[in-house]
Amino acid sequence: MLLIRRFEERAGQLYGMGLIGGFCHLYIGQEAVVVGMQAAITENDALITSYRDHGHMLACGMDPKGVMAELTGRSGGYSRGKGGSMHMFSTEKNFFGGHGIVGAQVSIGTGLAFAQRYKDDGNITLAYFGDGASNQGQVHESFNMAALWKLPVVYVIENNRYGMGTSVQRASATEDLSQLGAHRGIFGVQVDGMDVEAVKEAGEMAAAKCRAGDGPVILEMMTYRYRGHSMSDPANYRSKEEVAKVRDEQDPISNLKGRLLKQKVLSEDEFKKIDKELRDIVAEAAEFAQNSPEPDPSELYTDVLVEA
Amino acid sequence: MPTNILMPALSPTMTEGNLAKWHKQEGDTIEPGDILAEIETDKATMEVEAVDEGILGKIVIPDGTEGVQVNDVIGVIVAEGEDASVETPAAAVAAPATVPAELKSIAATTPVPPQASVPVESDYAGETVSMTIREALRDAMAEEMRADDRVFLMGEEVAEYEGAYKVSQGLLDEFGDKRVIDTPITEHGFTGVGIGAAFMGLRPIVEFMTFNFAMQAMDQLVNSAAKTNYMSGGQMGCPIVFRGANGAASRVGAQHSQCFASWYAHIPGLKVVSPWSAADSKGLLKSAIRDLNPIIFLENEMLYGSSFDVPTDPEWVVPIGKAKVVREGSDVTITAFSIMVGKALEAAEALSAEGIEAEVIDLRTIRPLDTETIVNSVQKTNRLVSVEEGWPFAGIGAEISATIMEQAFDWLDAPVGRVTAVDVPLPYAANLEALALPKADNIITAAKAVCYRN
Repeated sequence: MLLIRRFEERAGQLYGMGLIGGFCHLYIGQEAVVVGMQAAITENDALITSYRDHGHMLACGMDPKGVMAELTGRSGGYSRGKGGSMHMFSTEKNFFGGHGIVGAQVSIGTGLAFAQRYKDDGNITLAYFGDGASNQGQVHESFNMAALWKLPVVYVIENNRYGMGTSVQRASATEDLSQLGAHRGIFGVQVDGMDVEAVKEAGEMAAAKCRAGDGPVILEMMTYRYRGHSMSDPANYRSKEEVAKVRDEQDPISNLKGRLLKQKVLSEDEFKKIDKELRDIVAEAAEFAQNSPEPDPSELYTDVLVEA
Repeated sequence: MPTNILMPALSPTMTEGNLAKWHKQEGDTIEPGDILAEIETDKATMEVEAVDEGILGKIVIPDGTEGVQVNDVIGVIVAEGEDASVETPAAAVAAPATVPAELKSIAATTPVPPQASVPVESDYAGETVSMTIREALRDAMAEEMRADDRVFLMGEEVAEYEGAYKVSQGLLDEFGDKRVIDTPITEHGFTGVGIGAAFMGLRPIVEFMTFNFAMQAMDQLVNSAAKTNYMSGGQMGCPIVFRGANGAASRVGAQHSQCFASWYAHIPGLKVVSPWSAADSKGLLKSAIRDLNPIIFLENEMLYGSSFDVPTDPEWVVPIGKAKVVREGSDVTITAFSIMVGKALEAAEALSAEGIEAEVIDLRTIRPLDTETIVNSVQKTNRLVSVEEGWPFAGIGAEISATIMEQAFDWLDAPVGRVTAVDVPLPYAANLEALALPKADNIITAAKAVCYRN
């Protein structure tokens, strides 16, 4: 979680320096969701998400250097600079992107689970999406097919309360998104998405159900993003007090740190040491991302088609 | 070592802004995440957060300063006991250029990207059997499903109903419901499911009952199937076939009668195939299923029952990207695809009776277009008529005209002629529908016009 936090802070800084272009959606505040969920599955399971994807990549073990270099559009990036913040993939880590169209990854993720069922390999898919995407038609089409065919997919709704600048209350006729599949018989539950241990526990329950053939499952993670929707969002749709209150009372990192200190599993010095190590990793990634060369002009024409 | 706080950009286009307010004073202790200052532009106000910990050693740009350039040093963070003198500002980092000027000029003058070399279709001298296009398509799928258990068919009514147009007859019986899958009527959703399965290593064949309904899935076809290989730097290709009826049927009205060849041919990352004969339907569908890219395979409802001789050898395939001269001639070249090939041949026979020998090219693949075969023919005939069932504006004929103008201008003895559907939604009334769609007569008139004959 702390690696994601530090990585995203640095990404925001590089954006401000003009080294990262276009859209850049930070995951700060939501770290417990992906970290808890990834701790609940195996490395053979697949994951797919939207454009707020840096945390997912770090959580599944992708190299921070390659992720940061993709943000800066350099040849050392995961897509060799051709994808950007929203479009990175690692078939090696079973990370299927990084998708820029709201809700598209839900159908594709359902297809990943379809293939897992077809191959009968015992693996499952985590399809992450936001509260905004939960109103998209193809998401409900996917719920239907996944329930009809009992596919091993966990739909992880990261409800951070706002789809860009529109609150859930103003966008959805129901506020309990965990029950969006209930009429199709999909088991769903709300989870404290700011508590990494609660997330992991729910993730283990959902994964077990999927592996037993009782999928799909919907987990609605109640979470919060501290930053704007993207870098150019002044966030006028919510009060500073609201953000500060969540930060002070529910921060997933501070709260976990507090618990570990109290249980004497961790000391303040050990925490500082860990933080220092992570800052060094992120600094190294930022360094790499600034020094990695831009893609060769010949790359413009490559990868349009797969050559036999 | 002191760390400079730089004026951040709120957006890629921002060059300067106002420093509205400092939230910290010189000497304040700073934790990562603390709000240091507020900056504003005409569009928005944003807070600057601290990334590093330390002490705010110096405020370089005071509250209320307007027109602060992005990347200017606005303050300095120091560690305890450090001097807060301003560091030399970091060298301004130039934003990466998008396309080098040199490349822009190449792109402007050479619109044709490098194409993969296309294997030559082998001459077939073996046994043939007469069958309908419907059967040829079914056999292509069945043979490829027998050869590769990653191949499966999904779509509306493909299994128990055996296809809305009976193309998948017998497949459920032979392969079972694991590999021949009825979907709900949710084109957008099941197209995404097929694409996900392809990303995960399967070889889906997705049937659209007709391509009219695939408009619901256009986002998945273009944004997910076509672009992911490029966006992933070649990591994640999408080996999938989308097939089904395209174009006008008969008296089904405007929403069910449309040719999508030009829509899909516009998209880099897709291959677009549209055969006419049963042999090509079978040979090209087999190639499409084996291809590692997303293929749009445009069939025609009116042709499903037409019979042709088809090679019986299951290893016989037709390469994607290769047109075929289906009638040789010396006076005018006529290009066509799908159902229009038959109309073009009909026109060619009538023209022959009047002393005009037309060379008819069946394009077979729309993207990548076999420009070489068309250019070679035009160099011989010096005249060209393009025929398609779709609309004229930005249609396939428009593309062929431009390409021939660029690559065979000196060989042309007349402007390229275009035969297309009339530029209206297809009407229902029998007489109006007949007037809207291209017929052999329209092709004859166009061919005579480019030959300057009345």
